[in-house]
Order: sequence, then C-alpha cells, then structure tokens
Amino acid sequence: MGNFYRDNSDIQFLFRHIDLKALAELSEEGFKFAGEFDSAPAGADEAIQNYEMVLDSLGQLSAEFIAPRAEDVDRQGNTLNEDGSVTRPKGTAEAIEKLGQAEVMGFTLPHRFGGLNFPNLVYSIAIEIVSRADAALMNIFGLQGIAETINAFADEEIKQQYLPDFSAGKVTGAMVLTEPDAGSDLQAIKVSGHDQEKEQPARVYQDAEGNWFVRGVKRFITNGCGEILLVLARSEPDISDGRGLSLYLVERGPWVKVRRLEDKLGIHGSPTCELFFNDAPAKLIGERQRGLITYVMSLMNGARIGIAGQSLGIAEAAFRVARDYASTRRQFGVTIEKLPAVRDMLIDMKIAVEAGRALLYETSRVVDSELGILRRLDSNPPEDKEQAKQLKNDSRKYKRLAAMLTPMSKYYCSEMCNMVAYDAIQVLGGSGYMRDYACERYARDARITTIYEGTSQLQVVAAVRGVCSGTAEKYLTELAGQDYDENVKDLLEILAEGTEKMKEAITFIKDNGNEYMDLYGRPLVDIAIDLINGYLFCSQASTKVDMQVPIAENGQADAAKTISVRQRKAQIARRFITKNAPKIAALAELIRTGDKSTFNEYEALVGPVPEVG
Amino acid sequence: MSYNCVVLVKQVPDTKRITGDVMNDDGTVKRSALPAIFNPEDLNALELALQIKECYGGHITVITMGLPAASAILRDSLYRGADDAVLVTDPRCAASDTLATSYILSCAVRKLDYDIVLCGRQAIDGDTAQVGPQTAEKLDVKQITYVEELEQLDDKEITVRRNIGNGWQQVRAELPVLLTVTGGANEPRVAAAKKMMKYKKAMTPFEIEQKIKTENPDANQADIKELIEHKSKEIEQAGLLIKQWNLDYLDADLSWCGQSGSPSKVHRIQSVVLAAKESKEVEPNQKGVADMIHELIEDKTIA
Repeated sequence: MGNFYRDNSDIQFLFRHIDLKALAELSEEGFKFAGEFDSAPAGADEAIQNYEMVLDSLGQLSAEFIAPRAEDVDRQGNTLNEDGSVTRPKGTAEAIEKLGQAEVMGFTLPHRFGGLNFPNLVYSIAIEIVSRADAALMNIFGLQGIAETINAFADEEIKQQYLPDFSAGKVTGAMVLTEPDAGSDLQAIKVSGHDQEKEQPARVYQDAEGNWFVRGVKRFITNGCGEILLVLARSEPDISDGRGLSLYLVERGPWVKVRRLEDKLGIHGSPTCELFFNDAPAKLIGERQRGLITYVMSLMNGARIGIAGQSLGIAEAAFRVARDYASTRRQFGVTIEKLPAVRDMLIDMKIAVEAGRALLYETSRVVDSELGILRRLDSNPPEDKEQAKQLKNDSRKYKRLAAMLTPMSKYYCSEMCNMVAYDAIQVLGGSGYMRDYACERYARDARITTIYEGTSQLQVVAAVRGVCSGTAEKYLTELAGQDYDENVKDLLEILAEGTEKMKEAITFIKDNGNEYMDLYGRPLVDIAIDLINGYLFCSQASTKVDMQVPIAENGQADAAKTISVRQRKAQIARRFITKNAPKIAALAELIRTGDKSTFNEYEALVGPVPEVG
Repeated sequence: MSYNCVVLVKQVPDTKRITGDVMNDDGTVKRSALPAIFNPEDLNALELALQIKECYGGHITVITMGLPAASAILRDSLYRGADDAVLVTDPRCAASDTLATSYILSCAVRKLDYDIVLCGRQAIDGDTAQVGPQTAEKLDVKQITYVEELEQLDDKEITVRRNIGNGWQQVRAELPVLLTVTGGANEPRVAAAKKMMKYKKAMTPFEIEQKIKTENPDANQADIKELIEHKSKEIEQAGLLIKQWNLDYLDADLSWCGQSGSPSKVHRIQSVVLAAKESKEVEPNQKGVADMIHELIEDKTIA
C-alpha cells in the first residue's frame, strides 16, 4: 500500500526534529478545548499523535487514490457548460469527495467550526503530500486560507454560517482579486473592467437598506467556480489606492457567471475562471477599507506558504521519477546514474528538495509561533507584566521574521521546483519529453508556481527589505548561536564568512539607494537563503532525533541499508555549504560591481520594440 | 427509510508481503512475522455500508471475531464512520474453521437489529469465501455473493449487480439480506481526521484491564478491580467503549464452536517453492502467439 507520508523519511524526520510540542501548546491554547470537543487533544503528546495519524491517512489517500487519477485529470481538464457552470475532471470531483470524507478540509480552523485546529506547519506538510499526488488538486485542498481569512476577520454570524461547511468539505472557495488591469498591482483594482451589459464601469454598491452588491468582471480566478468567493472590490470610489478596497463574501448563485475558462500550460485540474458578477449580493468581511491592506495581505501570506508547499510536492514527485529512471536506464554499458553529469544532477535535485523543505517548515514554524503568541495575548494575556512584555517582543520578532521568510520560501521553493522538474526531464532525455512519463506534467505544473500569488520578482522585493533592515542578520546570528555537533563546526565557519560577505553586500547596496536594492535584490536574497539553509542543515545534522534513514545500495531501491539521519544530514550539509560558498562569494562580488547599466543603458542594450512572431 | 447494517470484518496477516523469510518449513505461514491488517474486501463491505448510511440513514455495527488484538480493525472501522464496534473473543473460539466461525458470527448478528449484513467476498489468508454464505444460512436470510454495485434499495427490497466472472447479473432480494462484496465494488475511504482524533482512545474491556494493570503494577486485586470499573465507566460515558462479547453472552452451543464445531480436516500442506526453469521462445508471428495461447489454455493458466 502506497503512502506519501510513510515513504518520505525526510518529512518524517523533520516531523520529529522540529519542536512540535511548543506549536501544539500554542494552537491548543494550553489544551483548554479537551473537555469541550471530543477530537481535541488533552496534551502535547496526544496532539502530535493526532498530527501524525492524519498525515498518515492523507499520505495513503494521496498515494492510492489521488496520484493514480492525476494523469487523467491533466488530460481531461475542466469543462465550461453553457449555463456558466463548470464540470470538474472526474478524478478531481472524486478526490474532493474523498478529502471531505477524510475530514481534512478544515485543517487549521478552530474546533468549534468543525476544524482540526492544526498548526500551519502540519498543513504545509499536508499540502506537500497532496501536491506530490496532483499539483492541481492543491489549488482546492490548499485554498483553506479562504476559510481561515473568514475566521480571522469576519463577524461571528458569517463565521457560523460558512465555516462548518468548509470543514465538512461541502464547499470550496476562491480568492477573487485579479482583474484584467490589476494583477501584481492590486491597488489598481476597480472591480472592474468593462460592464458589457450596462455599458458602464463595474462597481460595488449599497442599496437603500445598506445591502452590498457587486457588479463587474474578475479574471484569472483560481477555482472561481467554487461556492464561496472572497471578492476584493473598491468600496470607496474616491480613494484610488489600496485603502479604498474592501473584502466581500459572495455566494455562488445565478448572479455569478463563469464567462470563460483559461486554456493553460499546466495545472489543468484547477479551473482558472473569468467571472462576471451580475449585481451579486455581497457581505462585507470585517471593516471597510481594510480589504487589501490587512485581510488580503494576511490571506496572501498564507497562500504563499501554500504555493511553496505545492512546489515542494511537485519537486519531490519529479525527483522520484528521475531517480528511478536513472537507476534502471542503461547506456554505454552502465546505468546512467553512474555517469558523473547525471549523478551530480540527481544529488543537486535531492538536496534542493531538502533545502526547500527545511526552509518552508521553518517558515511555517515561525508563522505558527507568531499567530500562536498573538492568540495567547488576545485570549489569555499573562498577568505578570514582564511575561506579557516578553510575549509581545516575541510576537514582534516572529512577525518580522515571518514577513521575510514567507516570501523567501515561496521564491526559493517555486524556483527550485522548476529547476528540479526541468532536470528531471533532462535525466529522462527523450523519454522525459514524451507524455509517457509524468515529468512533462510536473514541468508544466511547476511553471505557474513562480508566477501566481506574487511572482518571484515580487517575492524578492518583499524579502529584500528584511535582508537589508537587519532581520536576516539577527536571525543568522541567532542560528549561529545554537548548539551544533562537533563535525559541522568547520561548516559553521564557512557560513560565518558568508555572512560577512552578505553584510558587505548590504552596506554597498544601502550606499547606492533603493533602486539599486531592487535591482540587486535577487542575488542578495539568494545569499541570505543559502546561508539560512546552511544553518538549517547543520541544525538537522546535530539533531537529537535518533532515526535511521534508508540509503541507496548499488543504486537500487533497496531500503535494507540504513544510516543514522545525523550522519546523512551532515553529509548533505557539507556538500551544500561547501558548494555554495564560492557561489555566495560570486554573488556578493556581483552586487559590489556597482553596475548600473540596467538603468542607464536600457535603450541601447535591449533595442527597439520588435515585431512579434 | 433507514437501514441498519452489520459488517463482518476480519484481521488478517498481510499475505501480499509473504517472502521466504516468513514461511515455516512445513509450508505454513508464521503469522506473527507478518503485519496484521484489515482484510481488504471487508473494507469494501464497510464502504458499501457507509454509502448506504449516507444515502438512507441508519446504524452501522462492525463485528469481528478474533484475538483481543483484533480491536485494531474495529478502531479503524470507527475512524471510517462505523457507529458501533463489537469484538467477539473467547479462548473457546480457537481453532474454529469456517463452519464454526459462521455459527459464532451468526449468534452475534442475532443479538442486533439488522436489515443488511455485509462481508468481504473472502479473506486473504484462507481465501475460502465460505464464511459469508454460511453465516447467511445460519441466520436463515437470503444471500447475494460477489456484489459489485448496489443499484436500488427500497423499503423491503434490495437490487444489486453481482459479478459472475464473465459478466454480471442483476439480483433482487427481500430484506433482510446478507451481501458479500468484491474488491471492485468501490474504493474505500480513508480514516477520517476527527474520528481518528476521537476514537484512537476507544478500548475494549480487555484493553482497559491491561492498561490498568500495566499502569498500577503494585496495586492489590481489589484496587485494580475498582480502577477498572472506574475507567470502564469513564470510557463508556465518552462513547469510546468497544463492546466485547464471549460465547456465554452469545448463548452459543459450545459443541458448534472451536475445535469441536470444526469438521474441516487439513489433508495435506504442500510447500510450493517456485524456481526458474528452462525458458521457451515464442516465435513473433501469428502461429507462435496462437500456440502459446493454446498451451496456456491447456494447462489452465487462462480460462
């Protein structure tokens, strides 16, 4: 029996390595729900047992039910019916039913709304597992942030009305943000476009009784055919920036029409819809004007972590196909994994996947810590003033860190999965280019991850602020101060040298102004991520977890031979850090060239706008 | 109209994992060396019962006969949506063949109010496919074997499609009825998150006793008894008690149970060790293929 949790020793290791007890304590608010809800845990050990049971069950569902349907889902895609409804691919519809039966559609929602009240870290693991089976399904399973946003910001009445249905898997949601003229730049949202029926600009408005209605067009809406739509719309026509936008809940009904389904490169199982809101009744979420600046920003952060998890799942799947193929495909009288160029690719792919996982899980842990402490301060603030002050400081620290690590994870994991999916096809050669193997699907599915929920370029913009403002330095200092095993001590020195190079690069960037920071943001963020991942690997190599992990014997899928996870992770850390050191030096040097031709010589370098085609 | 379903399930060794290491020299299997799992087709039976419940309402009770450790699959049944679970366990059940087993199970089913009894077509350890049909006979209810689809269910009648090997047959029967369900009938759901979080603490009286004894190694008999009673009450109030029935509770005729109720005799056990023999080349043309098919039909490899 296949199981995408049990067959992945790295996930199982991190599940033990990361301090889940602290997160369980925070999300269960001191285990106060135990008497009230029969599924709520009474202690940290029980909570962790719950997490693992659910991941195990989801791992089985992913391997045995979802993955075998992914190819057909990709071929079938969604169908737009004449009445404006959407028929999902058979496999997707079946998978949604099974996910509902598995009671995993309210992963992070509170017990009182039928949710599991799990930490985001466990949800990230779950998203990775589901995405490995079918990346497109993640856009339904991984959209639980919509319910989470309702939970965080909507009135109690709205929560009670909608959240139990999310938990039960009876409804799915969509975040309805993008418009034809407002993609990355959400401040430009009008709700919007051209209202063809009334020949007037689209809008959101109130009737005499104060009821809200939405009229207008939204575009590129993932799962726009879902039952519950969170619509970002301009409620204050006189305020033209983000502060004029509010968030509304619209139920699917005859007033929402899917006008078009996009014909996409990948994630065919996920319907990307153009929606027309025909005076659709809407409910205001929270307060007016906070739609973009508070609610959608929070929703986006969750969504970015979701995409990082999706990326990780795709990368894991692609690596596995390549690894398997390379161990059996014979050329020149040997299996191709014996050829240096191929084996090097495989090692790099594997380490990249583990680096992405380390970063994403750490990010999720930080987010959980931030949210957990905030919840604690909100519901049960400590009476001791010193303690309360400490908690407030902690929450601010985690908030800053989350604001940097979240875009880093999204950027790193999405770029990484494209690299891994690309190389997976390369390992399979001509066969990989054919539809006979899943690699080509992984490569197509991977391609969107660096684009949606904020492009890589925007993630860099978001992350580089944290790198330049001292958050990265502080975090690296904190990481450097942890306890490490003797056998990685020399690696820590290399990382410390890298950190110095990063600081020099930051100083140089600051001297050259904000524009220069945006221009060289990417190499700087790359340096910071490589350093953070280096420390995370060293920490894994110094783990207290006593666990054996399988290693390859003669390149075969033979789990009989194992080594300790510490030993293996030390080897991973050594290769990762040693090979990255010259890269970090080169990137720092690049930043310090001071080259500004991008600004000054664009016209000459790029040439005139050419004829297309 | 709602229907009460009773699902008969069995814990079996995972025979898919049989390798040379787990075989005794006499050709029998070392059961302890293999992981114990939920018999796969019993999961299909449970899934069908769950679908009936979702559609029409009703109550699902899962029964297994076995050693105390078989409670694991009862918990698993609760995780998937069963309402109630019963462990039939008694040292006097030991060495029961299919006849004795079906007698004991029928006694247990009689204790319940039921419309439909569901079993897997067969278990992967014995592969007899006898327990379902024999249980129906003992209960004196109609039986439909090899069910692959439920077509209709109304008030007094059930209509199903059964697999007959080279096709299918539509069968209608009056309730109550016993169905044996094939692996192709459905894809069983996985354990549900919140039900797992709740029912992982579900226990049989045997397990309660073990737990109390392990946790209080130095307590005297009277204290142990009191602790057990207290814990049992607590577990029952939380809705977490797995019922445990013995042969006395079932009012079973002991001569029909265990060794004395089991007329089956093992004639011979043959240890078949497959080894590579000489290969045979088939010409890549019409005649070669036709000859090969003919040969396979002759030696009954294919029907």
